[in-house]
This record gives sequence, C-alpha cells and structure tokens, in this order.
Amino acid sequence: MATTLADDLRPLHHPHSWVTRYIWSQDHKVIAIQYSCTAIAIGLVALVLSALMRLQLGFPGAFPAITPDNYLQFVSMHGMIMVVYLLTALLLGGFGNYLIPLMIGARDMVFPFVNMLSYWFYLLSVIVLVAGFFVPGGPTGAGWTLYPPQAISEGTPGHQWGIVTMLVSLAIFVAAFTMGGLNYVTTVLQARTRGMTLMRMPLSVWGIFTASVMGLLAFPALFVAAIMMLFDHLAGTSFFMPTMQSAGAITSTQGGSPLLFQHLFWFFGHPEVYIVALPAFGIVSDLVSVHARRNIFGYRMMVWAIVIIGALSFLVWAHHMYVSGMNPYFGFFFATSTLIIAIPTAIKVYNWMLTLWRGNIHMRVPMLFAIAFIFTFIHGGLSGLFLGNVSVDVPLSDTFFVVAHFHMVMGVSPVLVIFGAIYHWYPKITGRMWNETLGKLHFWITFLGVYAIFLPMHYLGILGVPRRYYALGQADFIPPSVHLANQWISIAALAVFAAQSLFFFNMIWSLFRGPKADPNPWGAASLEWQTPQTPPAHGNWGPKLPIVYRWAYDYSVPGAERDFIPQTEPRA
Amino acid sequence: MLQTTQDRRDKEVITPILREIAADWSADQEVFRHTHWGKAMMWIFLLSDSFIFSCFLTGYMTMRASAVLPWPNTAEVFALHIGGRDIPLVLIAIMTFALISSSGTMAMAVNFGYRRDRRKTAALMLLTALFGLTFLSMQAFEWTKLIFEEGVRPWYNPMGAPQFGASFFMITGFHGLHVTCGVILLLIIASKVARGHYDRTGDYSAVEIAGLYWHFVDLVWVFIFAFFYLW
Repeated sequence: MATTLADDLRPLHHPHSWVTRYIWSQDHKVIAIQYSCTAIAIGLVALVLSALMRLQLGFPGAFPAITPDNYLQFVSMHGMIMVVYLLTALLLGGFGNYLIPLMIGARDMVFPFVNMLSYWFYLLSVIVLVAGFFVPGGPTGAGWTLYPPQAISEGTPGHQWGIVTMLVSLAIFVAAFTMGGLNYVTTVLQARTRGMTLMRMPLSVWGIFTASVMGLLAFPALFVAAIMMLFDHLAGTSFFMPTMQSAGAITSTQGGSPLLFQHLFWFFGHPEVYIVALPAFGIVSDLVSVHARRNIFGYRMMVWAIVIIGALSFLVWAHHMYVSGMNPYFGFFFATSTLIIAIPTAIKVYNWMLTLWRGNIHMRVPMLFAIAFIFTFIHGGLSGLFLGNVSVDVPLSDTFFVVAHFHMVMGVSPVLVIFGAIYHWYPKITGRMWNETLGKLHFWITFLGVYAIFLPMHYLGILGVPRRYYALGQADFIPPSVHLANQWISIAALAVFAAQSLFFFNMIWSLFRGPKADPNPWGAASLEWQTPQTPPAHGNWGPKLPIVYRWAYDYSVPGAERDFIPQTEPRA
Repeated sequence: MLQTTQDRRDKEVITPILREIAADWSADQEVFRHTHWGKAMMWIFLLSDSFIFSCFLTGYMTMRASAVLPWPNTAEVFALHIGGRDIPLVLIAIMTFALISSSGTMAMAVNFGYRRDRRKTAALMLLTALFGLTFLSMQAFEWTKLIFEEGVRPWYNPMGAPQFGASFFMITGFHGLHVTCGVILLLIIASKVARGHYDRTGDYSAVEIAGLYWHFVDLVWVFIFAFFYLW
C-alpha cells in the first residue's frame, strides 16, 4: 500500500448503494453528521433534565412528580451526558471527523472502516446509557463523578442497575473514542496534503488533534475505574470499598480505597475538561480571525499554548480533591500546577483580543458566538482562580459557586463555540444558508440568558448554598434572597431552554428552504472552503489533491482579489 | 580535552539528530517518513493501551497499600510441588520463558517477512502463536489451581487480603485477554501470509504491525511479573 495517498483514489471505500452511502458509511463527512446528530439528540435529553432540575430548585414543592431520588438522577445523568456524550462526541466525533480531512487536504480518515466502527460503538454506548432510564430503580443518582462507595451502596438511587448501565456505557464509549481518536491523530500526523506542514494547519485542527491525543491518554483511566467498579459491584470485590456499616451491620467489603477511584476518575476528568476546551479554543480562533478579517495574532504562540495546556492538564487532577481527605501536602503541588495553566490560557485570551483589535469585525452570527465565548470563558477562568487555591476552595467546595464556575468555563463556553461553529460551517455542510434574523435572536436570548442563569449562582455559592440538594428548606444561613435568586435562575433557564427551538427550527427549515449558499460565504482562506463541490463530494477534492502554499490566515491582504488569499494560492 | 570531545560529539552526533527530528516535524504530508499508516496507528494505540495497564498496576499497588489483611507471599502461593519439595514461581518462570521466546520467533518472522519469504514467515508466526497458546494454557492451569485448590476468589482469599485475588484475576485476566486477541491476530495474519495474500499486494507490513502488538503484550507481562509475582 502506498504510504501517501497523493492523488490515489483506490484506498477509498466507494459506496454502491443508499445504505452504504448514508447508513454504513465510511465517508468521514457522513460519519461526522451521524456523530453530531446522535450527540445533539442525547444532549437534548440532558437539556430537558436540566429544565426539570430548575423547576424543582426554583419552585420546590410545586412539582411533586420530581422526587428527591429523581432529582439526584437528573443531576447525574445531565452531567455525564453533557460532558461525555454531547461535548466530547460532538467536538471530536462531529467536528473532528468533518474538519480534519477537509482542513488538512486529505480524502478521508486513514482507516475509514475503523472510523465507521467508532460511530456505531458510540451509538451503542448511547443506547446502553439511555437503557439506564428504563431499568428497575432508574439511572444512577451518584452524581456525574460516580464516587464509590456511595455509587454502589444501598440508599443511592440506581445503585443496583443504573450504575451498571452507566459504567458499561462508559467502557463502550472509551472503545468508540479510541477507534476514532487513533484515526484523528494518525490522519493529522501522516495524511496531510502537499505543502501542509503542521505549522500551516488551522488552529481548529491543532485543538482537535491535541484533544484527541489527550483523550487517548486520559480515557484509559476512566476505563480502568469503570472496570474496577463493575467488579466491586457485580463480583463483590473491594477495590474501592472500605469497611462500612450499613443499617447497623458491617458490610462484607474491607480494605478498599475510595480515594483510588477519585484519583483515577480525575486523572481522566481533568484532561477531559481540556479535551472539550481545546477544540473550542481552536475553532474560536478560526472564527475570530475569519470574521474580523485579521490574521490570528501570534499563531505560533497559539499552537504552543494549546500543546502546553494539553500537557499541563495531566498534572493538575487532584485540584478536584482538596476536600477528599488526601494528603494535604498534595494541595500545594496541585494548586501551583493549576495556576500555571493560567499562563498559556491567558496568552490565548489576549491573542483573541489582539486579533479583534482594529479588525474589520463583521457581526455575523458565528462571530457573535465567538465573542460571547471570550466573555464567558474569561468569567469562568476568573472564578477558576478562586477554586484553584486550596484555602479559598475549601469553603467554596460543593457550593453553587463550583456549579457556576464549571458551567461558565466548560459548559456554556464550548456550547457557544459549537453554536458558532455550526452557523459558520453550515453553508459548507449543507450548501444552504440559514436565516440571519432568527440566528441573531437565538444568540441574544442564549447569551444574555446564560448570564442571567449563572451570575446569580456565584452569589448563591458565596452564601454557602450547597449544590446537589433537592430542596433547601429552612436554614439560618439561607436568606430569602436565595429563594428569589433560585426562582429568577429557573425562569431564565426555561427561557434559554425554549429559545433553543429557534436554533433547531432555523437549521431544519434552512436545510430545505434556505437560499443556496456561496461556496465560500465568509471569504475564508482555509482549505475546507476551497473544495470543488459544496457540499464536498465523496473523496473531497475531485481528481487532484490541493497543494498548500501558505498558512490559513492571510486576511485583509492589500491588492488581493477578495481581500484574502486562500491556502492553495502559490506565493508570488 | 574532555570538553572538546564532548563538543565534537554534540556537533557530529546530537545536532544532526536534532536537525532531522526538527525536519521531520516541520515537513509536509508525513511526520514519520514512509511509515505505514497501520504501523503509526498501532504505535499510538499501544501508547494508549500502556496507560490502561499503568492504571491497573497503579491501582493494584494502591490496593496493596490500603489492604487491611496481610498480603500473601507470592513465592509460596505460586510454588509447585515437584519432586518432593516446593519450587517457588516455577510455573511463572516457564510461562515467562515461553512468552519471551515467542517475542524472539516473532522478530524472526518480521525479518523473513521483509525478505518476502512466505513459508518461513508463516511458520515462525505459527510457532509464535503456539508459544502464546502454551502461555495461555499454563495460565488456565494456574487459575484453576488457585481457584479450586487454594480457594481464592475475586471477593475472597483464605490466605489474607481479598484484594490479592481481585487484582490477580483482573490484571492477569486482562493481560490474558490481550494474549488471546494476539494469538487470533497472529493466526489470521499467518494464514494470509501462507496463502500469498501479501505477495500479491507486495506489502508485508501487516506482519510487522502484528509483531508490534505481540512485543507489547510481552513487555506488559514483564511488568506484571515484576510487580505482581516478584514483589
């Protein structure tokens, strides 16, 4: 087999029927859309769960159908679905699959069959996850962190079956991600087109690539933790189970280490934050640059910042465990390494702003979302400085401050980027244009709504309102303003929830009725906009692969035909 | 004098190597020149897989530290009664020998694969698979002995800490699963070699890729042997 594809079409799998073209497809673009639709569908389930939680928190007692057990189950499933099954799958399986081959000038991923398997394993993991809602006892209510011993002990909702479906689903997800991730990494390393050096890749590819490498090294810890907890639960081993008293009797387990699970979980869990964030960083860099008609400021710095953040994120996991009972001396090390990450992250934020500085900013919908991301990310990052310091973190632990922080920094921020990215690449993916007015309406309600939801949560957290509580009841430290704030948050959350229908209506309606899109409506220089067909055909590039002569950021070039120069144009 | 020798070595050996690495990483198309995609992918997979085994072994070490009951003496547990006395770790020694020998025959198979020697490649791969099967059958014997004679279970261990049985079955089981997959992979590739599939495509890379996986499984065993049996 040729080691480089060059202009060879033979290694591609050519579909012969509707089924091999759209169902058992090996085309990275179809797989990307399958991944995205599945991720968004399961994400909607998580969104509904969050609305139910807000109904309970804002109006306690008004919805007797939501029991305390249900509430904990909603919390757990909402968290796990959003982090793993929506964000990871959508950013890597969806955008990674779609963008990598197109942006680096490849015909497909290096192993399309494995890539296809990756999607079907992912779908299986989602089905097993959803099965958790229908097993006796319902899904697990252990929180998305699934800490043992409580996750598999009497008294926790779903401790019998729900936890099993969750762990099995996670193990399958890791297998699915491994198959996809191997493809993304190998494709970026070995299948670029002529002239495409690593330092000419768009930052989107850098973000997705680094996140994929991190996933391949971080998910093993989750896999091992899931296997060990399954053993504890199904075979009665004591990996994570210490000696306990249950209903007055000593349990049969002894000598296990609950802390071990937390270490394994967060060795996965912290890199996971950046597995979600780095693709968002990369994509937002490209959005900002294209819509401000400015080259990205400090491209090399941006690349190295992505790589350094990725590497450092493996050294900070125990900052999630300051109150876990681990050796307090660890706190010093992990607080230090955590705060060091602020440096490359700040470099990125400054570079986005300097890219915007004196740019010819077009306030189109994707750009609005990109700028909104910079806002929410800075806010989430600043509250992270509080939580990264041990002495400040201890009183804030397990309060709504933590909820506000991580929703701002790794919930809302990547989701805003995903919205921006969908608006940005929609014309390329579908060949149609969406409605600008609906898009702007969707943006403003979402952006302002997000602040209405999460800013008050910081206040609740500083008051000491604990998270994961079904109802607050009467307590001296809870002033009436807390209840007012909770109502306000719930109303805002429901408004944002409802506003998402604008997005779905816009996308689905435009798919059939939208005006035909220009092949390159934003005047972008990167390769995916230079395909011979829109949407790109199977094999992406027609008979000849493109040749790359420059980086992807030649914007506002004096004397250029359309104010930018695509990557495929030879140097004069 | 020492200084100048050092300088010369830097200039003549290290600098060109660094330059080549820099050239590879700043090149277009490929980082690893003329490397088969499957081989690159296998290396990356093995890196990921090594993290799985590292987590298992780290977990096992934590278990050993946190266990309340005493940890059994592995030299005694894994001894065989031969010729009137107990020989410690003798079965494990033979298993390790078989697995390491299989890495040798695998390396030879890869070598003959490069030379396009269909018969010898297939024969050596078959031999490697047989060594693998030997390993697995001895492991099955060891598990049987531990379960039925010593009464060890994943959740219970008459000799002390229950975590001993739990980590033993989990870690050697997961490794045994890897060996089983490896044997199946070797048999598939060997039969393709024997039928001349790779002579037709003109590319024996699959043999080397299977070999990478096999060596990795062998290497992992060395760590399990050191951390679980010798410690």
